Amino acid sequence: MEFGPHLMLASLEGAVTAAILALTAMGLSIVFGVMRVVNIAHGEFFMLGAVIAWWVASLLGGHPAIGFVLALVLAPLIVGTLAAVADRFILQRINYDPDRTIVATIGLLYIIQQTTLMTFGPEARPVQPPFNTRLALPWFEYGENGFAMIWPWGLSITSYKLFVIVAAITIITGLWLFLTRSKAGLLMRATQQDSETAQAFGVPVQRVYSWVFGLGAGLAAIGAVLVVPIQQAHYLMGQDPLLLSFIVVIIGGLGSLPGTIIAAILIGMSDGIISVFFSPTLAKIIATLVVAMVLVFRPQGLLGKSEG
Amino acid sequence: MTNQHRVHLLHFGTIALLALLFFVLPAYHVGNLARIMVLATYAIGYNFLFGYTGLLSLGHALFFTAGMYGLGLAMTQFGLPSAPALIIGLIAACLVSAVIGFLALRTSGVAFMIVTLMFAQAGYLTILYFGTYTRGDEGFVIQQAKRVMFGIDLSSEVSRYFAALILFSICFLTVARIVQSPFGKTLIAIRENEERARMLGYDTGAHKLKAIIISGTISGFAGAAYALLFGYAGATFATVQYSIFPLLWVLLGGAGTTVGPLIGVIFMFYLIDLSSSITSAYMLIAGVALVLLAMFAPQGLAGTLRKRWFKWMP
Repeated sequence: MEFGPHLMLASLEGAVTAAILALTAMGLSIVFGVMRVVNIAHGEFFMLGAVIAWWVASLLGGHPAIGFVLALVLAPLIVGTLAAVADRFILQRINYDPDRTIVATIGLLYIIQQTTLMTFGPEARPVQPPFNTRLALPWFEYGENGFAMIWPWGLSITSYKLFVIVAAITIITGLWLFLTRSKAGLLMRATQQDSETAQAFGVPVQRVYSWVFGLGAGLAAIGAVLVVPIQQAHYLMGQDPLLLSFIVVIIGGLGSLPGTIIAAILIGMSDGIISVFFSPTLAKIIATLVVAMVLVFRPQGLLGKSEG
Repeated sequence: MTNQHRVHLLHFGTIALLALLFFVLPAYHVGNLARIMVLATYAIGYNFLFGYTGLLSLGHALFFTAGMYGLGLAMTQFGLPSAPALIIGLIAACLVSAVIGFLALRTSGVAFMIVTLMFAQAGYLTILYFGTYTRGDEGFVIQQAKRVMFGIDLSSEVSRYFAALILFSICFLTVARIVQSPFGKTLIAIRENEERARMLGYDTGAHKLKAIIISGTISGFAGAAYALLFGYAGATFATVQYSIFPLLWVLLGGAGTTVGPLIGVIFMFYLIDLSSSITSAYMLIAGVALVLLAMFAPQGLAGTLRKRWFKWMP
């Protein structure tokens, strides 16, 4: 393949990564923005979503699309409820004290991960995508007869991957509408700005926190349901999304949702492109160092407000 | 008895008790305890930064492995004897922590956590990248014949135990001494209220950098000792998990207490040891313990003891 088509393929793969990352990181970002809580167990909520997707699909049988749609509804609901319960009975009890929250969520991480290991097992399990047509993509090239459309061999994407990108955009738009146009979104934003004043005005801050924690976990679960037909469900799959989401949230600027999306696109795309062209380990070293340096010289992130 | 006496009694009593346990405990637990003392040294290094200076790093595995590979590579690649190799390990940890500290201290709070995490991740990947020398995840073994220092074979049960005890005692007493000194008191002041410490005229940036270098060097000392005493260096020690471990140990034992790191390591080590004989998913029990700890004993075991009964505890 020539360089151009190769780059296009890499950016499409990167866009899929970015889409999933945007969803997962949004969950983390909302939780951090509203509750000021660093949720180390976020990756495990992602993993639970994938495991539930596999579980629903294997219980139902039949056409993979039925299981997929059901999982898309069920997984965020179950995971969200679980997270809200954890918030109610653990995090609220410790008053969201930063250090104790980190310990508690690390504990939660191990509880969820190891329970999955005991029930689901150590194997990686695949889930059938609901549809998976291979679409060849054209490339335009300036040749002897002016511009010509060619179909380079190997330049293609599956319909499912395109669907993931579209689905992520739809969900994030929906989330944005929810946060800016609905009453519940207003309550969340009020709590984010000043939880004490919000409480004084009759906002049920405690309940908002539980909802936000559930929503954050639910977003991670949706991301996982979308990714599981491409990857596989495995009990350790939560580690990478956790790390990447953290990077995205910090780079985007803590608590800034538009920043999170921009950073997710940047990191997801560059991850896809770099790993196509360079040795994966070297690429990761460079990418990690670049991100660290961005933080060192711009600690408030790209769109975050400067503290000083 | 003044508090000063009590503190001395506690510190020297701990060391004497550890020495005594060698003669009392069965062989299996003596082996465990040697490992625990080396890991507790790592936790002491971590506690110095987290417990006393109030900086939460998620990248200490980098300092631990800097010491480990500094010593390991000096011995296997350059054929140095163990004593100079140990010094190289210490220098490596000192340099790495100075560079990381210089860069990471431009940030604070959550960003500091993430920056240290990312540098440690870059370090882990670098170890994998130079797999021809480091043997990556698989790691390499340091031959038993080479693990000799001043004519003493460090791979034998007795010398390993007492070498670990000496390492532990040096770092334990040094940190206990530093935190009582004016320098240590300033670090505690920074932990409590950095703005105020700065307003009082202390150069908080320089203090924090020194704290990172001391903390990193102690952690590297533990890493080098681990490689020397147990004869193995591997990339697993550079993973995120080994950065989270010291945080857990210190929180369990009690952040900002001198004996906390040791208590935390012992507790966690035996918790995992016991639960792994019951189930393969042994980290489940560690997870439950952590949640309970966060809810009911947020100051850790030693911290709770200090709060309830022993107010004088350092």
